[in-house]
Amino acid sequence: MRAVTWQGRHKISVETVPDPEIVNPRDAIIRVTSTAICGSDLHLYDGYIPGMRAGDIVGHEFMGEVIETGAASTLKRGQRVVIPFTISCGQCFFCEKKQYSACDNSNPSETRDASELMMGHAMGGAFGYAHLTGGYAGGQAEYVRIPYSDVGPVVIPDDLPDDDVLFLSDILPTGWQAAVNADIEPGDTVAVWGCGPVGLFTIQSALLLGAGRVIAIDHFPTRLALARKYGAEILDYTQVDVREALDEMTGGVGPDACIDCVGMESHGFTADNILDQVKVKMLSSTERIHALRQAILACRKGGRLSIPGVYGGFADKFPLGQLMEKGLSVKSGQTHVQRYSGELLDMIREGKFDTISLISHHAPLEDAADMYRHWHDDQDLYTKIVLKPGLKKGDISARQELQHA
Amino acid sequence: MSRSKNDLPDPLIFAAAGAGIAVLATGAALWQRRRHRESRGQEETIATDAPHWTLDKDSSRAMFGKSVLINRPRAELYAAWTPERFPDFMENVVAVDDLGDDVSQWTIKAPAGREVTLVNRITERVEDTSIYWQSTPASDIANSGEVRFTDAPAGRGTYVSLILAYDPPAGKVGRFAAKLLQREPEVQARRDLHRFKQLMETGEVTTNASPSARGAESPAEPHI
Ligand SMILES: NC(=O)c1ccc[n+]([C@@H]2O[C@H](COP(=O)([O-])OP(=O)(O)OC[C@H]3O[C@@H](n4cnc5c(N)ncnc54)[C@H](O)[C@@H]3O)[C@@H](O)[C@H]2O)c1
Ligand SMILES: [Zn+2]
Ligand SMILES: [Zn+2]
Repeated sequence: MRAVTWQGRHKISVETVPDPEIVNPRDAIIRVTSTAICGSDLHLYDGYIPGMRAGDIVGHEFMGEVIETGAASTLKRGQRVVIPFTISCGQCFFCEKKQYSACDNSNPSETRDASELMMGHAMGGAFGYAHLTGGYAGGQAEYVRIPYSDVGPVVIPDDLPDDDVLFLSDILPTGWQAAVNADIEPGDTVAVWGCGPVGLFTIQSALLLGAGRVIAIDHFPTRLALARKYGAEILDYTQVDVREALDEMTGGVGPDACIDCVGMESHGFTADNILDQVKVKMLSSTERIHALRQAILACRKGGRLSIPGVYGGFADKFPLGQLMEKGLSVKSGQTHVQRYSGELLDMIREGKFDTISLISHHAPLEDAADMYRHWHDDQDLYTKIVLKPGLKKGDISARQELQHA
Repeated sequence: MSRSKNDLPDPLIFAAAGAGIAVLATGAALWQRRRHRESRGQEETIATDAPHWTLDKDSSRAMFGKSVLINRPRAELYAAWTPERFPDFMENVVAVDDLGDDVSQWTIKAPAGREVTLVNRITERVEDTSIYWQSTPASDIANSGEVRFTDAPAGRGTYVSLILAYDPPAGKVGRFAAKLLQREPEVQARRDLHRFKQLMETGEVTTNASPSARGAESPAEPHI
């Protein structure tokens, strides 16, 4: 089959590789119909995530058709399914608590040691995301082996097109969990850093969960325009001092909840961020946490901080005193995707989310290398890319340009 | 450092190998030394409640223990810990043959395509609670071990602890066994214990077997 592979920093290639096989009774194999590129893939692309090996098949946002099932799978051939990016057994202590991304069985014995060494405890498994999370082949491919296929996959009714439901694999539940983790109270002001796909779903979710007002922060006009379309007030951090603006918009109090949808590769030319960049380059730090620092300083006393943005290790100059003295509470984590699948599918059916207008490009799987480059270099216009294994090389369709109101 | 196994503190015969390996002689010596130190130290320090195998880590490579939480009832796990099932989750165990009288012979993969034979006798069984074993003189590697099953709190299942000790061998088994025993038994036993957990909780041993663009790998085999 053909598959998108990571070959090194800024090196993505589409290769011919062996087809996956059923190995365990609970497995299923799916034929991929749609697979998206995520902000998390950007961290892999930029070489920020340890534990990648040249030749790894990437991609963790995908859906498709069941073509083969193991003896204990509950799926049936021909069913359309969306696959959660988190691989979860459903039976361990963590899965029973619905903390699916912490599953204690999905990271195999062979790979969990390194993960345990680095994090204190082995992380749960995930598709296409480095060997610290199990070293499973990803979904940017024609076919994928799905372990524990009786637990994760969400069966999709035939009348719902791929674009409506694909994001159940990751960014929709991630935005939803980000907002849930902010413990929003009616009328709250919620500030969201980052208007990438995760931020855009966080904005929609926060409003659905009762926020009075969402203030979204980024610097790309197209992304900010989408944020506004979904109901947020927007701040372009190149035009304003974000903290001053947030204070002035909240009578000096600050937002009740702050959500970091940026993660480890914060942009911007502030002094702290430039220093972080230098340190990352010199390998003395693993991430650039400018947005997170700003969120902690901006948050109101006694407020809540939710961190869906991905971090990988030891951050530098983390404002611990500010966090403590202001009495913030923090919730974070990889998304417990399976926990939210059912209710979010219902909400999609009820038309509560706009899952379509953030998709900027549909492109053939064969064009993945170009698409990764655009996803990295042209973030303003490329707001979400969906790869299609079926399409002929070069058959790319782009969304009409948004009106920047 | 050589002691006869009669010197072993009874019933505290440590561990066994997940892969069937535990210390006899060396382990016993280390254990007794540690016990002396602990009793001597009681005026100056407070005794901790940590499991004994976590104490004095630096000095005792030949003994180790590992606990995992398994979300199944204690009796079920105790019943499943049988030699017939070991090859299902013990990666390097090729075969376990019953020689009768609670003695079993273990064939274990060693580096360079060689095999090591362990001959172990179960010395004590406490129903639904623990199994102790130690090697007989016929074993290539002197070892002893215990697997212990304890109720976890709040209905979470069972803590399964594998404690093992082994006598790093020389001579007979030669260099390859020495290599096998560097720290390898610890790693192996820890992984085997996790595979036991996977098997008991999910009904299968987890594998990342899947394709890659690395020519040498098979989509049906796990990889690091
Ligand atoms: N927790 C999870 O399970 C989970 C799941 C998916 C993605 N993520 C993570 O969420 C984060 C966002 O994902 P995405 O797909 O939206 O990524 P993305 O890269 O498309 O979006 C990040 C956005 O942040 C903006 N940004 C950068 N620096 C900023 C700053 N200083 N202030 C404000 N905005 C800034 C960028 O302009 C960009 O629009 C990533 O770290 C990703 O890894 C986490
Ligand atoms: Zn993702
Ligand atoms: Zn689990």
